[in-house]
Amino acid sequence: MSSEAYQPPTGGASYGSGATGNATAVEGPSMRYICSDCANKFSIKKNDPIRCTECGGRVLYKERTKRMVQFEAR
Amino acid sequence: MPRHEQTMAFFVKPSAAELERRKIVGINKETVTDVTSTDFPGHYPGEDNSWDLEAFSQGFNVKFHNNSQFDASFSLIGLDASIANAFRRILIAEIPTLAIENVFIENNTSVIQDEVLSHRLGLIPFKGDKEGLLHFLKWFKKPPPGADPYANCFDFNTVQLELSVECTKKEGVDPNKEDDPAKLYNHANVYAKDIVFTPMGQQEEYFTPPRQPIAPVNPDILIAKMRPGQEIRLSMHMHKGVGSDHSKFSPVATASYRLLPTIEIIKPILGADAENFQQCFPKGVIGIERVTAEEAAREGSGYEGHKGEKKAVVVDTMRDTVSRECLRHKEFEGKVRLGRRRDHFIFSIESTGQWDSDELFLEAVKTLKVKCNKLEKQVVNMVR
Repeated sequence: MSSEAYQPPTGGASYGSGATGNATAVEGPSMRYICSDCANKFSIKKNDPIRCTECGGRVLYKERTKRMVQFEAR
Repeated sequence: MPRHEQTMAFFVKPSAAELERRKIVGINKETVTDVTSTDFPGHYPGEDNSWDLEAFSQGFNVKFHNNSQFDASFSLIGLDASIANAFRRILIAEIPTLAIENVFIENNTSVIQDEVLSHRLGLIPFKGDKEGLLHFLKWFKKPPPGADPYANCFDFNTVQLELSVECTKKEGVDPNKEDDPAKLYNHANVYAKDIVFTPMGQQEEYFTPPRQPIAPVNPDILIAKMRPGQEIRLSMHMHKGVGSDHSKFSPVATASYRLLPTIEIIKPILGADAENFQQCFPKGVIGIERVTAEEAAREGSGYEGHKGEKKAVVVDTMRDTVSRECLRHKEFEGKVRLGRRRDHFIFSIESTGQWDSDELFLEAVKTLKVKCNKLEKQVVNMVR
């Protein structure tokens, strides 16, 4: 149980900056995002700053799933 | 001598006037009287009020007032409220129609949410070849949870539709001069006519021209609004269903009845009063006539010495809305009696477009018949 408990992030300095203190940073999967300001589509990896690569906007949307979604017409 | 004539002798027969009086629901200034029917056995001592098929078929009458394709109005005269109400309820909830049931959204970047969009699509009424809709298309049975959801989808119970629209800027339109989105962009408005029907298997036979394909009844129903860069891409499955399951399956926009109003002028309403009286009702209910010499000469008619004066006469009570306005004025007190005929139902059936209105009523009668036959079987079983 204790192993599943929440553990606060340790390297506080790495937060928001591109450089990571951890030399063995894993190459996480990259996510596609859309900037709310300039509608730029780009991808961010695990420790990348959460900012638009073009305009620096901090409000990002996730892309809609490519999968089909089923609804009942009720 | 027929058997019923022999038995008649034992029963009291009420006069025609008395029978007429019993049919009227009284409408007074602030109250309504005699709401329930009394023509059942045991209510009037010595009378035979048992239901009789011959008496019913002699008294029953259907009169059509208006029969356009999607809006019918007719009177059913001489039946009980329970039967008339059964027809109404069957019309609303038990006559099957085809409607969109499942929506498979590939992409929807418009501002309208997937759930809301699906709901809107479900409510669109569709039309198609009658033969195909009524005889070829059958009920869809939903597979149990866990099973393949499309296991029961066949050409005879599922209709597939597609909707894929993308909004783009129109070439050669100056956005500084034009501010109507419909002129600036392609597909700024998504309409029901953008839905495309894709016939599958045997549907080809029933739903391709010259037979009527499945299409929205009203092509200009607005489904969503879009701006350049937005897209809606989805497919839909239609199934047959009934209004008791979801109101999108209801074949009628409205199906209602009202009782025929009655207006009885007990004492003559003359002169300026007659014109005021006319103003108390909708147009065409009350007419103005001149008192004839013959009426003026008759003793006790109330018209003595009023020859040539205006008098109010009842022309058409069907148009009356029973506003009771005439009961509010002192000058008409005791001169008029309002009411409604308890056994005269003025039906109004407005179809959503899949059925014709008059067909709908016949279908309701058929449905009630089927139900009665089922009940009869059960009752026979119960007695045995």
